[in-house]
Amino acid sequence: MSIVLSHVNHIYDEDTAMAHPALIDVNIDIQDGEFIGLIGHTGSGKSTLIQHMNGLIEPTSGHIFFDGKDIGEQGFNKKTLRANVGLVFQYPEHQLFESDCFKDVCFGPRNLGLPQKEVELRAFEALSQVGFDPNYFYQSPFDLSGGQKRRVAIAGVLAMKPRVLILDEPTAGLDPKGREDILGLISSLHKEMKITVILVSHSMEDVADYVDRIIVMNKGRVAFDAPPKEVFSHYKELEEIGLAAPQVTYCMQDLATAGFDVDTSVTTLQEAKEEILKALSKC
Amino acid sequence: MLRDITLGQYYRADSVIHRLDPRVKIVATFVFIISLFLVKNFIGYLVAGLFLCLCIKLSTVPPKFIFRGMKAIFFLLLITMVFNLFLTPGEALLSFWKIKITKEGIKLALMMGVRLVFLITGSSLMTLTTTPNNLTDGLEDLLKPLKKIRVPVHEISMMMSIALRFIPILMEETDKIMKAQMARCADFESGSLINRARSLVPILVPLFISAFRRANDLAMAMEARCYRGGEGRTKMKPLIYKKEDAIAYLVLVIYLALIIVLGRILFS
Ligand SMILES: Nc1ncnc2c1ncn2[C@@H]1O[C@H](COP(=O)(O)OP(=O)(O)O)[C@@H](O)[C@H]1O
Ligand SMILES: [Mg+2]
Repeated sequence: MSIVLSHVNHIYDEDTAMAHPALIDVNIDIQDGEFIGLIGHTGSGKSTLIQHMNGLIEPTSGHIFFDGKDIGEQGFNKKTLRANVGLVFQYPEHQLFESDCFKDVCFGPRNLGLPQKEVELRAFEALSQVGFDPNYFYQSPFDLSGGQKRRVAIAGVLAMKPRVLILDEPTAGLDPKGREDILGLISSLHKEMKITVILVSHSMEDVADYVDRIIVMNKGRVAFDAPPKEVFSHYKELEEIGLAAPQVTYCMQDLATAGFDVDTSVTTLQEAKEEILKALSKC
Repeated sequence: MLRDITLGQYYRADSVIHRLDPRVKIVATFVFIISLFLVKNFIGYLVAGLFLCLCIKLSTVPPKFIFRGMKAIFFLLLITMVFNLFLTPGEALLSFWKIKITKEGIKLALMMGVRLVFLITGSSLMTLTTTPNNLTDGLEDLLKPLKKIRVPVHEISMMMSIALRFIPILMEETDKIMKAQMARCADFESGSLINRARSLVPILVPLFISAFRRANDLAMAMEARCYRGGEGRTKMKPLIYKKEDAIAYLVLVIYLALIIVLGRILFS
């Protein structure tokens, strides 16, 4: 299971005065089981990029391979692709339409043409996976809180049993508690279900704790594609493109310049705590 | 596919036509439409066509963009032409069974066709070169005299500007919702007519909810800024005529004169 993007370019509104490139020569190779953070400033092309991965947008030039098959080729089954590469859009709760949550989650698997039993089984499973309270299964999704609605929407995609799950800014518009909940949920989905996850965000802070690879987009190009430690070591360049490394990176850099013997490449709060305690015990 | 509807969509560019005062463009469109109904012969249509082409050229809007809007009225056009072709009495050229095609019918069908195409092209050109805000500002100003007879001109123009403003927003929203449902393997294209109509529900419900939410937000925002109708309201950018606008009016008068002289009097 792999997604390979090879020299992908995308120009919106080609042949008009508004034409402008949203993706420029993007080359990415995504392997099975990875947990990837896709980071970039607003307008850097993140959403455009992920919509290429399940065939919602076609590249102006370049090729996308799913499991070695070119998805732009004639006769390629887009439905299977979309069931395998689940895409949760930004503000996914805005796409809910059924009279109750359970029915809404059934929409995806039913479109796959599965028998009714299987559809309901999957919907039930998906709602449990996202930790949705069974008491609300048959309530209207419009009566729920923002975070709960978002869970239902994510379940709607999970019910198709995708092998790759892409989430576009899943924490946008949530309070800190809701953010942590959703991020924790995504992380546990990755661990327990062993699916590939691509998490889109404009905040390093959001992804630093969870992912094992970060792709940084800048004005339609891939600026960095490396493990978090390596990406954050370029924190000066990140600032230039309007992004910031996590607070921890700055803290450790400052400590190092102040003469403490600490490893500046740590990325999570936990690691930083251990490093600082170690350094202090040496004093 | 949703982008095919050009009516009510602004094409950003910096041309003479774009810079004209919106009132000039509204009056010009109005005059152009009237002129189409004044014309009685081929020469007149030629003049109107040339005038239209000149305006399109000056506007720098790619013709492809303008004619995209034509697809939407293709059937209307076809029906109009067919009706005129078969139902106009006169000298028969071809006849079989009860249907006959007359010389007058062909002439009328062609005239109606050209007239409709020009009409749509002309009004598309106006909306393509004028921002919705400018358009309604211009309209409000032109309709001001009607306030005397208690027509709520300001309210009408405010409603229009909001409606126009919402067209691109709702189209973008539709696009987004469609994609989101397609990501859940929704299929809008195949199946029977009933199935296809049913497949629109997952788009329409979220779209309506979003429209109501936006309307509610907008109403709140307007109220928060103390909007209370047009009474005593001033404009940040009042409309002021410039030299080019005067020239444009002059060109318009010359065009109208030409149409009347060539299209009605000389060759009739
Ligand atoms: N449907 C569209 N039509 C035209 N331009 C678009 C469309 N969607 C996005 N863009 C443009 O493409 C660029 C990249 O957008 P996007 O992929 O949404 O960025 P991000 O998700 O990183 O904020 C932006 O400049 C945006 O204005
Ligand atoms: Mg985005």
